[in-house]
Amino acid sequence: MNKPIRTLSIFCLLLFLALLGNVTYLQYIQASELNNASEHPENRRVIEAAFSRERGAILVGRTPIAESVPSDDKYEFQRRYTNPRLYAHLTGWFSFFNQAGLERTQNDVLSGDDDRLFVSRLVDLVNNSGAKGGSVKLTIDREAQVAAYKGLLDNPQLGKDVQGAVVALEPGSGKVLAMVSSPTFDPNELASHDLSAVEKAAKKLNERKDRPLENRAIRRDLPPGSVFKLVTAAAALETGDYDADSMVTGGPTYKLPGTSTSIGNGGRNCGATKVSLTQALAQSCNTTFLALANELGQDKLLKQAEAFGFNDTSLEDLPGQLQSTFPSKEMSDDYLAKSGIGQQDVRATPLQMAMVVAGIVNNGTVMKPYVVDEVRSPDLDVLDKADPKELSEAVSSDTARELRKMMVNVVDRGTAGVARIPGVEVGAKTGTAEGCQDCNDYAWFVSYADVDGKQVAVAVMLEKVNLSNDQIAGGALAGPIAKSVMEAVID
Amino acid sequence: MTQSNSFLGFVHRRRRGAELFLLVLSLLVGIGAYAAVGLGAEGQVPADIIGYGGWLAVLVVACHVVVRFFAPYADPVLLPIVAALNGLGLAVIYRLDLADGTTFARQQLVWMTIGVALFVATLVFLRDHRILQRFTYTSGLSAIVLLLLPMLPFIGVNKNGARIWINLGPVGMQPGEVAKVLLVIAFAGYLVMHRDALALAGRRILFIDLPRGRDLGPILAMWLVSLAILVFQRDLGSSLLFFGIFLTMLYVATERPGWLLVGGSLFLAGAFAGWRLFSHVQVRVEAWLDPFDDFYGSGNQIGESLFGMSWGGMLGRGLGQGSPFRIPFAESDFIIGAIGEELGLTGLMAVIMLYALIVERGLRTALVCRDAFGKLVACGLACVIALQVFVVIGGVTKLIPLTGLTTPFLSYGGSSLVANWVIIGLLLRISDQARRPVPNLSSATEAESESETTQVVNLR
Repeated sequence: MNKPIRTLSIFCLLLFLALLGNVTYLQYIQASELNNASEHPENRRVIEAAFSRERGAILVGRTPIAESVPSDDKYEFQRRYTNPRLYAHLTGWFSFFNQAGLERTQNDVLSGDDDRLFVSRLVDLVNNSGAKGGSVKLTIDREAQVAAYKGLLDNPQLGKDVQGAVVALEPGSGKVLAMVSSPTFDPNELASHDLSAVEKAAKKLNERKDRPLENRAIRRDLPPGSVFKLVTAAAALETGDYDADSMVTGGPTYKLPGTSTSIGNGGRNCGATKVSLTQALAQSCNTTFLALANELGQDKLLKQAEAFGFNDTSLEDLPGQLQSTFPSKEMSDDYLAKSGIGQQDVRATPLQMAMVVAGIVNNGTVMKPYVVDEVRSPDLDVLDKADPKELSEAVSSDTARELRKMMVNVVDRGTAGVARIPGVEVGAKTGTAEGCQDCNDYAWFVSYADVDGKQVAVAVMLEKVNLSNDQIAGGALAGPIAKSVMEAVID
Repeated sequence: MTQSNSFLGFVHRRRRGAELFLLVLSLLVGIGAYAAVGLGAEGQVPADIIGYGGWLAVLVVACHVVVRFFAPYADPVLLPIVAALNGLGLAVIYRLDLADGTTFARQQLVWMTIGVALFVATLVFLRDHRILQRFTYTSGLSAIVLLLLPMLPFIGVNKNGARIWINLGPVGMQPGEVAKVLLVIAFAGYLVMHRDALALAGRRILFIDLPRGRDLGPILAMWLVSLAILVFQRDLGSSLLFFGIFLTMLYVATERPGWLLVGGSLFLAGAFAGWRLFSHVQVRVEAWLDPFDDFYGSGNQIGESLFGMSWGGMLGRGLGQGSPFRIPFAESDFIIGAIGEELGLTGLMAVIMLYALIVERGLRTALVCRDAFGKLVACGLACVIALQVFVVIGGVTKLIPLTGLTTPFLSYGGSSLVANWVIIGLLLRISDQARRPVPNLSSATEAESESETTQVVNLR
């Protein structure tokens, strides 16, 4: 009977080899796939480990606005937002269930998984201490951020429950200096270790009609209205057929081609039939820019809009930036005319309009906007510093110079007088846009300030305020907010 | 004399000292793991480490002393392996107790004590395994009665979808675990008596010797019993185990691979029909093919086990530092998942190698054993361990569909632990017989027959 016993031994050997092989496959080869939370969101082990890890801080200047503090429950660290409502849309939140904002886009650095943190991971391993994440320093100017927040959320003129956003950029680099969206929320509620409370809070926030979780600065695209006239003017100047003093179509009304509808100027002085381009922008003459759009044609307008960043996304540091749109499908002449004043199917985010102004201030070059300035190791050594990148050459420097002159004129002799700051070059453009019938008008205001080499470009958008439509005007409501942000930066 | 010695000269060394040394190592594994669990999960060595470690040492030393006196030539490796596995199992069960607030480890230690007592009793009272041959039919009958018990009303219990438990007052047991030992004895006795008929009669078709029609009776009967277990008790594991053991023992007894062919086809046919006909088999197969398809339902246990093992990776999270409590029934059916998570691939490979060594030692005992009955019993018991380990670990690691069997010596469960200790007792008894030097029957005559003319050549 020994021969079958030997055969049997070989059979048993094969069984055990199969077990060893399979275990090796499972724990060595397949493990990384099973441990990948995005492939297997059911894997609570991975999620809990990430949730209790000591994440790096998010810094504004030297102040952490998001940090991990030791916690005495089963998750070792609690994420804490020190000024939650002020920075809510930048930091996003770090909850057990999901992440948003910088917590999401910078997750690799903050959690310590990023390759740039390899050395510090190695040190942690040798010291047998828990892996720490790197920190992220933002481009945000704290004072500008506070000014924007106060202007939007603590403004007696606007009342409560304002829906709107403010974006400030450093034109030369593309740094985002301020980004505030209203209404805001408290990310601490979503980062709590009390998971059922988090679910309740998230449900409440998601169900609110005014959508506080939405970062309106990059997620809300509305008709830009008159502030888009800057783009139309830029397209005209770029042809070389126009300059700031060119006499262009004006007059009290303009009849849309192919329709019986006429659009007027709301009583502002746009000449009898002709008006200078500078004057037209200062008075925000609809007739001029409706006509200009048709004179230039769709191709030139589309090209100019895209050169400023329309139909594209450029901000990689924050998730979910919406494309601002200028239609590329052929339009009828009346639609084209209305596109020239930022109506019809033109849509822009506050960030996009800030980029238009920043491009003009920066001699025509639009810089890629960014929020993360530095990536640091857990010991705060700088591992990586963002370097500014050109997004596009939107207009020539001559055109940029002309546009700046015209924008200064809007402040000095036009609709944007509220933005004037003594001793500082300030240019601006106001806008009041119609979105739909029976809904509020949107107030827009874009501006820049330039003094002693310090520059800033600002866009303010008010989507909904507790005022009637005849009280809503870009200059009066949004202008003061832009002014306070500019002052905060140049001081 | 000299001639006989040179012919049968190989005498196995007892190696009891080696066994003692290995037992100390196995105690280090058991007690060390217990301390590591306390350190990992609560930051301190468990308060009862002295009492616990002491008791474990007492049990292990008792085993050793009994082996020294009652089976001095027994295999020296088996006992230490079993002690190490049992100690590791206790520590892992204790780790799950800490997480779940249960007291399985304490009960398991009681079961281990009972198991050791029965192990001692086996060696003390069973001085020669051949006596068991007398109980061929008694064992077979008892095994069938035990297997039927869970089907009875009142004492049979349905647990987790399988009806393999009985309740006797406060104590529950799985009769199948005891039945497998009795079945091995019954098969061995039966095959020793009938092996010639089974081996020699029959026709040869295409290089394969097929058995006679009327000899197919027992194998068909066993096949039906296995199917009955599958259908009425919904226990895939035991069904596969019993039939597999019967088949391998039949093959070893008759030396005819034809039996494997016949039995294997029968098994495949039965398994296929079971899959087509019974939803509980289909559920298992679906959960095997894609556990994440119904992760919060039928795939949960295997899915969590896979997550745990991949979370453990190469070196494991460390005892007490993973989340093995996420796996449902981690302390019994899925203790391998818990070990894979906290001790990693390294630990799991070590465990698998320990099992492989048990099987290897069992088969080696079968090889050197001098009587056919002992050979068959040793072979059968080694196969019980091999098949059971393969089916359980293969199921937990998604190599084959999951079946409900315990992991020998590791899983929480009284019936299983006690039965497996008895298996080791039997194996040691057989190996003691097999390795013992041949009694020199000629010694009395040798002194008288010094003259060369009357020299007796002793071959046996």
